[in-house]
Amino acid sequence: MTTRLADQLGRAEIQAVEQVEGFGADPWWIIALKCLGIFVLLLLMTLFVIVFERKVVARMQHRIGPNRVGPKGWLQSLADGVKLMLKEDIVPKAADRVVYILAPIISAVPAFLVFGLIPLGPEVSIFGETTRLQLTDTPVAVLLILAIASSGVYGLMLAGWSSGSPYPLLGGLRSSAQVISYELAMSLSFVAVFLFAGTMSTSGIVESQERIWYALILAPSFVVYMVSMVGETNRAPFDLPEAEGELVAGFGTEYSSIKYAMFFLAEYINMINVSALATTLFLGGWRAPWPLSAIGDGMFNEGWWPLLWFLAKVLVLLFVFIWLRGTLPRFRYDQFMKLGWKVLIPFSLAWIVLVGGLRLAMNEGVTRQQIFLVVGIALAVFMVISFISSWIGERVRDDEEESEDAAEKPFDPFAGGHPVPPLPGQQGSTPVAATVGPPAGSDHTDESDSSEEGTRA
Amino acid sequence: MDLYAPMIGLIILGAVFAVFSVVVSTVIGPKRYNRARLDSYECGIEPTPQPVGGGRIPIKYYLTAMTFIIFDIEIIFLYPWAVRFDHLGVFGFVAMVTFLFLITVPFVYEWRRGGLEWD
Repeated sequence: MTTRLADQLGRAEIQAVEQVEGFGADPWWIIALKCLGIFVLLLLMTLFVIVFERKVVARMQHRIGPNRVGPKGWLQSLADGVKLMLKEDIVPKAADRVVYILAPIISAVPAFLVFGLIPLGPEVSIFGETTRLQLTDTPVAVLLILAIASSGVYGLMLAGWSSGSPYPLLGGLRSSAQVISYELAMSLSFVAVFLFAGTMSTSGIVESQERIWYALILAPSFVVYMVSMVGETNRAPFDLPEAEGELVAGFGTEYSSIKYAMFFLAEYINMINVSALATTLFLGGWRAPWPLSAIGDGMFNEGWWPLLWFLAKVLVLLFVFIWLRGTLPRFRYDQFMKLGWKVLIPFSLAWIVLVGGLRLAMNEGVTRQQIFLVVGIALAVFMVISFISSWIGERVRDDEEESEDAAEKPFDPFAGGHPVPPLPGQQGSTPVAATVGPPAGSDHTDESDSSEEGTRA
Repeated sequence: MDLYAPMIGLIILGAVFAVFSVVVSTVIGPKRYNRARLDSYECGIEPTPQPVGGGRIPIKYYLTAMTFIIFDIEIIFLYPWAVRFDHLGVFGFVAMVTFLFLITVPFVYEWRRGGLEWD
């Protein structure tokens, strides 16, 4: 057993090295060029997405949107950035100075890193040097991406804590609770992909999607990822940390000037990051979509063309983000956490077991018909059970509600210590006099109160 | 190590950009401080004094963080298993299902005891 395992590990090592072949051999100037390219691409994308979002949401609400700065308003976000740069930078008295200044930097820097591991295209030649259109790849690239993405939470958390004020503290706690909850569902949705791809390197995963996109054969994983990527980036309808009705501006309440802009920069880059990750893991990465990929012996899958497909896929996903924001109302906090912990995580775990079982059955030589038969029967049984249980559950709930309604107590306007008006349909037991000032019976005490106040004053 | 080294370039670029913007904005931005401006924001009233060291944090978040750690460890075990799935065969599958079951039991317990209720 041990020798077999050691043998396997040895082979795994060789395989891991093979998987990332073609990386780690670039000359330094190519690396510098790629870094700069990714950096500029991210900044431009951010500037573009902010205006794009405002324009799309405006259209959805029958407005025009920004149209003043630059051609058709496309330079609006640049102007906003410059304006924020010139604003007064306030560090509140109660704030922990060092952490307060570091927090926006901590949240912005990791956002830039994820794109280094995303494959933007196949091999291209830059000034005669053949290289892949990806900064670097490692055998554990996706794990590294998850690690980088979650270190951005420190920024939000520390920003909330260091402001020394109640609203930011609550906002910071909320966003960290939210991000870690949805990170679990997100990480679990990757397992099925690794199972099919047999690798964690991003270029390897794109390679293995040559025949079919994982979004099609692993649709449940894709759905879980889509939901959790919105939760992970704190975007509407899951933008609870910024729920202005409850927490003012959440963790960013005390921030001003460019530090405030840094959080927004990080948020938008993270949106681009998770979209790029979805493209890589589920939508075939830089590969041309189906009808195009068949043209001319795959000519659209070579050279610089793939960059176009990649960016197009990312833009479609970004549009989905904006679409969600334009159409859905914000979740309530408990509903949101319930969705993450009680729906997405158990569902993902069950899905992993199912996919593993199916894959195992295929590997062991069970025929497709047998698998379909077993899965069909299992699905039918499951559906019948869930239907019956939900039906019974509803009946029980209805009964409970009915009994609660029947046992309703007569309305008492002073129940909570403060007088409240009756709700529609309720009968007030004691008529509440709608007068300003003290009730008629308390003249005496009121006089003594006012006289006391008078003497104190 | 060659595979990881290029990331340093991005780290440097990102950090330089972030630090540069923060420093420049503090230098060129106006400075017209007054007492009210430096106070914490709290609906315009006198801010509530905050306890030194940030005070207490609601237990709910603590429980969420604990559960997160357990699941995160589970995921760390799931990833290599998924990558080597085809080579591990029936033994690997059964082992992982057992492991998942062991994690699911306390999860269900926490759920039933109301550890996953938020308000």
